[in-house]
Amino acid sequence: MRGSADFERVDSGGGTTLRFTGNLSLACLRDLPERLGAIDEPVAKLDLSEVERIDTVGAWLIHRLARDKGAAIEGLEPDEQHLLDQVAAAEHPIELPRKPADPFTRMLGEIGDAVFTAGHTLYGLLGFLGATLLAFWNVATHPKRFRFNATVHRFEVVGVSALGIIGLMSFLIGIVIAQQGAVQLRQFGAEVYTINLVGRITLRELGVLMTAIMVAGRSGSAFAAQIGTMKLTEEIDAMRTIGVSPMEALVVPRTLAVVLMMPLLGFYASLVAIMGGGLLCWISLDIPPVTFIQRIREVVPLTDLWVGLVKAPVFGAIIAMSGCFQGMQVEADAEQVGRRTTVAVVQAIFLVIVLDAFFAVFFSEVGWI
Amino acid sequence: MMARREQDEVIIRVRDLKNGFGEQIVHDGLELDVRRGEILGVVGGSGTGKSVLMRSIIGLQTPIEGSVEVFGENTIGREETDAINIRKRWGILFQGGALFSTLTVAENVQVPIKEFYPGLDQALLDEIAAYKVVMTGLPPDAGPKYPAELSGGMKKRAGLARALALDPELLFLDEPTAGLDPIGAAAFDELTASLQKTLGLTVFLITHDLDTLYAICDRVAVLADKRVIAVGTIDELLALDHPWIQEYFNGPRGRAAVASAEKAQAGT
Repeated sequence: MRGSADFERVDSGGGTTLRFTGNLSLACLRDLPERLGAIDEPVAKLDLSEVERIDTVGAWLIHRLARDKGAAIEGLEPDEQHLLDQVAAAEHPIELPRKPADPFTRMLGEIGDAVFTAGHTLYGLLGFLGATLLAFWNVATHPKRFRFNATVHRFEVVGVSALGIIGLMSFLIGIVIAQQGAVQLRQFGAEVYTINLVGRITLRELGVLMTAIMVAGRSGSAFAAQIGTMKLTEEIDAMRTIGVSPMEALVVPRTLAVVLMMPLLGFYASLVAIMGGGLLCWISLDIPPVTFIQRIREVVPLTDLWVGLVKAPVFGAIIAMSGCFQGMQVEADAEQVGRRTTVAVVQAIFLVIVLDAFFAVFFSEVGWI
Repeated sequence: MMARREQDEVIIRVRDLKNGFGEQIVHDGLELDVRRGEILGVVGGSGTGKSVLMRSIIGLQTPIEGSVEVFGENTIGREETDAINIRKRWGILFQGGALFSTLTVAENVQVPIKEFYPGLDQALLDEIAAYKVVMTGLPPDAGPKYPAELSGGMKKRAGLARALALDPELLFLDEPTAGLDPIGAAAFDELTASLQKTLGLTVFLITHDLDTLYAICDRVAVLADKRVIAVGTIDELLALDHPWIQEYFNGPRGRAAVASAEKAQAGT
């Protein structure tokens, strides 16, 4: 359709002339930049009278060549001359992008950054915990500022909507525990202890722990993304200027919802897991449901239930806190929302597991074994 | 200089366009021609579907019925690979700039060039980005900055630099001067006009800014009642007695824009 850009050398009286032909435009350049770069002899003139069309990239190449070789430019139409002038006027030294350092320094730098970030995050999280407690105190002393509807709405989103997936997950986990337990215990002829295993481990540990992981993935991430996006769109700033405290309007309802929903969900998860275990015991060990429930009541002490229920709200507080905290940390760009959401979930699950270990030691010390 | 025939060549041809969202019909039987080498201003009240019209033309919104031709080729329902040859020939400035937030301004400008012409070496790309950035009126040190570090007006200029990256024949501008201070807006108008002149651009310009209309638009299309009710120079539009057009151009702001346009002409 159009001629690609090309040039030829013409030896006129006063030195070499480069005569350009075709389309000096981005689409038709092909290898022209390399070929121009390879010219190492002096050039006196650039003849553009046979060029069909020139765009800014073509004009830039001509300008650069003329500048480097000290060559004169000939044969331009007024419009083309204008274009060349504009491009030439826009020339300025390139700002070099920030250069990456060598790998070793970079690794050291990254370790340093990570340590600093970890410390900084912990410090920030503590500060955020304080701010949240203060907001709770403010709401408690001024009950009119409590956002009842928002909180109930969060109950639904965090609690009711999660029932399906948490139930399914717990049911399957109950089955898996019972099945694995039955296989191992059969070697000692102690299959009947499968019931102890299922009952105690779900109520003490797994019911609440798995629920916490699921809630962190469902709700903690949602909090971080919601609040982060609100920060990006300046909604949080708008709230502040209107006189609404974001801590009271956003963080308090969310935290309260998760703290209250976690024990309920955890209890529900434990029950469903026990049902799953019971089903497997019935099918593969021939233990009828009535016997199963009878055994559960005998072998699971009530303290196991308390162990689970005490941990649940604490885990909930951690999940809500790290979700809201990371959301509030979002600044500048959309990529941060994604990164902060990831961090919120990872941080929440990590802290939940660390605390779970502390709880395990604590409860065995106080004799709730 | 350009031949008469070439000047009348239609770059964008919209016929019988119908657009809607659910129950709400935005366009019905909309027709519009944009000729080569002109700056066409598109005006209309809020919600008359100016941006929707632009999105239909560039293929981001599939209309219910109607046809849209750009450079003589249908743009509706095209395969992605098929539409690339058209995409190379236009540049688009979205309302908020729509810069890629994880790339620097210079990298933003290089994105379309790298996409369509992967063979160019990085040094040349850097030079191209550098002069494009300065040509759109940004300070030279804006190149390595991230969009979050720029003000609203600078984002628009950076967006324009990206829209112009491929030296397009056709430029879509969606409210380029909205949110700019009057001095910045005037400078942007001047920039658009000068780029249009040097590069021989055709410009599809959505605007609310009466000063922009008077200063740089060759023709103005008025959107109302779900279609283009009139296209012409401002004088031609003023001769019509449609109430919205009269109110738009003869309202207090319209008269102020006329006065400033006359002043500017007297000054030159």
